[in-house]
Amino acid sequence: MSDPTAQHPLAELVKARLREFLREKGMIFWVFVFPLLMAIGLGIAFRSRPPEPPRVAAVNLPPGSLGAALRDSERVLVEELPEAAARRSLARGKVDVIVLWEEPAPTYVFDASNEKGVSARHVVDDVLQRAAGRVDPLTPREQTISEPGTRYIDFLLPGLIGLNLMGSSMWGVGYNLVVARKRRLLRRYAVTPMRRSHFLLSYFFSRSVFLALELSLLVGFGALVFGTIVQGDYLSLAALAVLGAASFAGISLLIGARVENTESANGWMNLVQLPMWVLSGAFFSYERFPEWLHGPIRALPLTALVDGLRAIFNDGASLLNLGSQLVVLLVWGGVGFLVALRTFRWQ
Amino acid sequence: MTSPSSSPAVRASASADSNAPAIECQALVKHYGSKVAVAGIDLVVQRGQCFGLLGPNGAGKTTTVEMLEGLHPPTSGTIRIFGARWGEGRDQWIRERFGVQLQDTQLADKLTVEEVLTLFRSFYATGRSVSELLALLDLEEERRQQFSRLSGGQKQRVAIATALAGAPDLLFLDEPTTGLDPRARQTLWGVVEAFRSAGGTVLLTTHYMEEAATLCDELAVMDQGRIIARGSPRALIDSLGEVQFVDFESPQTPDSAALLALPAVHAVDRRGARYRLRIERSLRALTAVLEELERQGVTPIGLSTHQATLDDVFLHLTGRGLSHE
Repeated sequence: MSDPTAQHPLAELVKARLREFLREKGMIFWVFVFPLLMAIGLGIAFRSRPPEPPRVAAVNLPPGSLGAALRDSERVLVEELPEAAARRSLARGKVDVIVLWEEPAPTYVFDASNEKGVSARHVVDDVLQRAAGRVDPLTPREQTISEPGTRYIDFLLPGLIGLNLMGSSMWGVGYNLVVARKRRLLRRYAVTPMRRSHFLLSYFFSRSVFLALELSLLVGFGALVFGTIVQGDYLSLAALAVLGAASFAGISLLIGARVENTESANGWMNLVQLPMWVLSGAFFSYERFPEWLHGPIRALPLTALVDGLRAIFNDGASLLNLGSQLVVLLVWGGVGFLVALRTFRWQ
Repeated sequence: MTSPSSSPAVRASASADSNAPAIECQALVKHYGSKVAVAGIDLVVQRGQCFGLLGPNGAGKTTTVEMLEGLHPPTSGTIRIFGARWGEGRDQWIRERFGVQLQDTQLADKLTVEEVLTLFRSFYATGRSVSELLALLDLEEERRQQFSRLSGGQKQRVAIATALAGAPDLLFLDEPTTGLDPRARQTLWGVVEAFRSAGGTVLLTTHYMEEAATLCDELAVMDQGRIIARGSPRALIDSLGEVQFVDFESPQTPDSAALLALPAVHAVDRRGARYRLRIERSLRALTAVLEELERQGVTPIGLSTHQATLDDVFLHLTGRGLSHE
């Protein structure tokens, strides 16, 4: 009756996890394809290119050479429009400034809260003043730079990696547990001699395998398509990614510990993740939020992970340079894991 | 998550309990809040027995079985499985010795039959090989099919195969054939009988009386959290006395009171145009009933008689469906 071919239960559990995941087409899309599409889409939309000259609507051009100078200047794009049409274009953002010529001087109409409007006003004024005979007393020299790691894609890629690690850990662990509970699979396991620790560890190991894939896919994709580079060391990057994924696994274990149906699991998953999608600076810097919010935002696990990833990617930091971010991730993951172990329901 | 290890050495040390019954429970009670699911039951299942728990839905059968399996702690009472109690450091040893088929469990959808069995086999220190399990449950053709694509009967066979993966001494089967077609039911009965003839012990819940009569040597009937009758299937049937049943349909309405007035008639049960009479087990009693029907001008259609079955015992005990006594 005894069977020498039986495998180690932990190895079998990990294999089962991996197989289940690989056979779930939806998961493959969200974990591997979706972040690449995001990177392509946003990377193209916000690719760096020389700024376009300001767009100017001229309601009536100044007479003679002054008007010709404005129309022919390469520093502005001029369109002649009646006043009503010009104002509509301004309101819709099609032009940045309107020039109304009334002898002997122009009126500039622009949105003072819009950077482009303000700079357009200065450029068009400079063109007119020089054409009218102004001589600049100074001749400045210009030095332009293009540092690696300062483009939007360099900012975005670590953000996408952080989001991806959060999403796959949350859905892959917590949601999966809730589904297994709902199907009464957890209680089926609970009446076997399977060790509880093996079961939970299998999630850790299977996540680690996919984590390695997700990370190399996104880093490799960024390098190939957008030329992003990791300025810090890969060991720190991998270690931080593992810590981040483990931290989110702990949080999602907490959701998976008790929730009994997939609808409320869905709700909890979104409740936890959506605020961080917005607040944690994955797509734009959280510095844009009011100062008093920065502290709470930095205490969020996704902020800590994304800040840490950016420091490694773009500032060449190593894991040892990251202090508060590591603490935040450890506390979230550790507390989640410990509370989940105490409250976990097999039925 | 502290579970003692389950090495073969631990299992061997069980010899001290080698004479203990497979299952023994005393004064078992389970409350869910103010609801009483199990109201104090005593059970002994000897090794090698097939013991059946019968009862309507909500009688407390599943709660009882799940307490025996160690899934829920009882509110009060004691449970011993092969002499060992839950929560006293031998939980893993107990789990090594039984196999379980739970009601309504869906195994991992995306795994194949073979993968599911390999996984379950890996949980046990000793057990059957996967190919042995596939052969036993006639699943060889489905071995590479994903669980979600199996039919109900195939899924149930996989569930039983997982229960047998650890070569258990004791099998818990909770309504194993509910929803299965007769052929699939016969197949599973064959598996249970083979398990028993190899010395295994079975605790089975069912609401198919035929299943209980075929498989079990001892039965307990549960209702509202209590055991209201127990004994062998034969003894339970005999407890109804020397009776037989007469079934017929009739377009006319017979006079029930006049029928009941006959000394040989114990009960008249009516459902629409269908009648079932419980009468004395004798030709004389049957003749008296037929003569009375003729006297009333009633023409019985599809008249048949049958000896008492467990169904009749169940109806008699729970009072459901019998309008006159």
